[in-house]
Amino acid sequence: MSEQTLELKGSLFPLSVLSCPDLSVAALQQQLSQKLSQAPAFFYQAPIILNLTGCQQTPDFIAIKTLFVELNLVLVGVCGASNEIKQQAQQAGLAALQLGKDSKAVKTVDTTAAENSNATRQTTVVTNNVSVPMDTKIVEQTVRSGQQVYAKGTDLVIKGTVGAGAEVIADGNIHIYGTLRGKAIAGASGDTSKRIFCNNLQAELVSIAGNYWLSESLQGEFWSKAACVKLQDDQLVLADLV
Amino acid sequence: MAKIIVVTSGKGGVGKTTSSAAIGTGLALKGHKTVIIDFDIGLRNLDLIMGCERRVVYDFVNVINGEANLKQTLIKDKRTDNLFILPASQTRDKDALTKEGVERVLNELAKDFDFILCDSPAGIEAGAMMALYFADEAVVVTNPEVSSVRDSDRILGMLSSKSRRAENGQDAIKEHLLLTRYNPERVEKGEMLSVEDVKEILSIDLLGVIPESQAVLNASNSGQPVILDTDSDAGQAYLDTVERLLGEKVPFRFLTVEKKGLLKRIFGG
Repeated sequence: MSEQTLELKGSLFPLSVLSCPDLSVAALQQQLSQKLSQAPAFFYQAPIILNLTGCQQTPDFIAIKTLFVELNLVLVGVCGASNEIKQQAQQAGLAALQLGKDSKAVKTVDTTAAENSNATRQTTVVTNNVSVPMDTKIVEQTVRSGQQVYAKGTDLVIKGTVGAGAEVIADGNIHIYGTLRGKAIAGASGDTSKRIFCNNLQAELVSIAGNYWLSESLQGEFWSKAACVKLQDDQLVLADLV
Repeated sequence: MAKIIVVTSGKGGVGKTTSSAAIGTGLALKGHKTVIIDFDIGLRNLDLIMGCERRVVYDFVNVINGEANLKQTLIKDKRTDNLFILPASQTRDKDALTKEGVERVLNELAKDFDFILCDSPAGIEAGAMMALYFADEAVVVTNPEVSSVRDSDRILGMLSSKSRRAENGQDAIKEHLLLTRYNPERVEKGEMLSVEDVKEILSIDLLGVIPESQAVLNASNSGQPVILDTDSDAGQAYLDTVERLLGEKVPFRFLTVEKKGLLKRIFGG
């Protein structure tokens, strides 16, 4: 009988980070409800990190957790908290995370910002990898047969061609400006939203988050053409590059 | 400063030794002092192609082990001035070569010679890696068929990652494509990859195209580099190749099917 083994592995996940100057339950409820009503499906059961940068008073974590459950959100942890507040959060069963270094670069997706008269009290929902985002890996030359390139936790750009028998792997998206004749594996750590873009598709294999196609499945409309590979409803689909 | 050129391919039997002998002879004919080193330890062939097998006394491994000096070991070619051969050992194996030993021999040769041609063994193991490690330029010999092209691609990857230039972060090895056994008739019938196909897949500069020719076999059998057979198409194509290697602009020949004349068609010439 084989023994069951435990496995612990590091992985990167996109999480939504919630920043709000006023963390009282009432303020959060009002602003979050308003936000969610714009796109209820988009944030349904979304894992959320609470940004506590600059927060002086310990918020009522238990009450905020309850509020999140009511709003169909999952509060997983906090970031940017002072040591004291961090301890409180941990006692409330929340994870304390390190804020990404370039949190300035986060993209605001709040479309109502301009309309909101009370700009100082608005809720900003930002999407960001909580861990430090890494620079895209760029390979200037051709990737030859037998060579392997892995872009850990980031996108991969190949300026040249990927030869038959070569492998290019990325946790993010893969862009190939030459011909793809080898294997391309995007979303290697399981991210189903990643894609493969190439200027000429003649691949031995393409894979996104573990869903793969061999070259025989790629024959047809897009073979030897510029194409994009993505995942739709757990199925790989090919599409025009432009 | 001597230029070290490796003649390599990954795949066996594509014409590395034939090309080494022809290019080495061509460089010497052009007045450059040239030495060809046989790196195929244990499968010594270059001496046969060069027709000097009876004159081998010491070999490359003897020099590396300090059992003989270069002067004793180098074989001077009888037909061509400025041309020398450093034969491989037939009794040893590839592990007899050490990086330090090879470097020492190359440094010593570099004092005297303009060109050092390294005839690589097939494969991607220690012997082939040793032949390409110190190279400044590489002639990648490829036949117009898929397996040879893939192996060449593999070797090109090695050239850009496993060489001394790559390890020291110097300028990359200059890579040249030499297409051998090219048969325009079979290309036209779609039985063989075309020059354009191979160039597209490997994306390196084309140095030469050697047509498939009986002259090559004849030359090998008689121990005379085919480049000396100036009447043959292969001999002329190698001469063009050498001129391109020396930086001259020479148009490519023998790429298309020769039109048969009326008389040839009637008499089946």
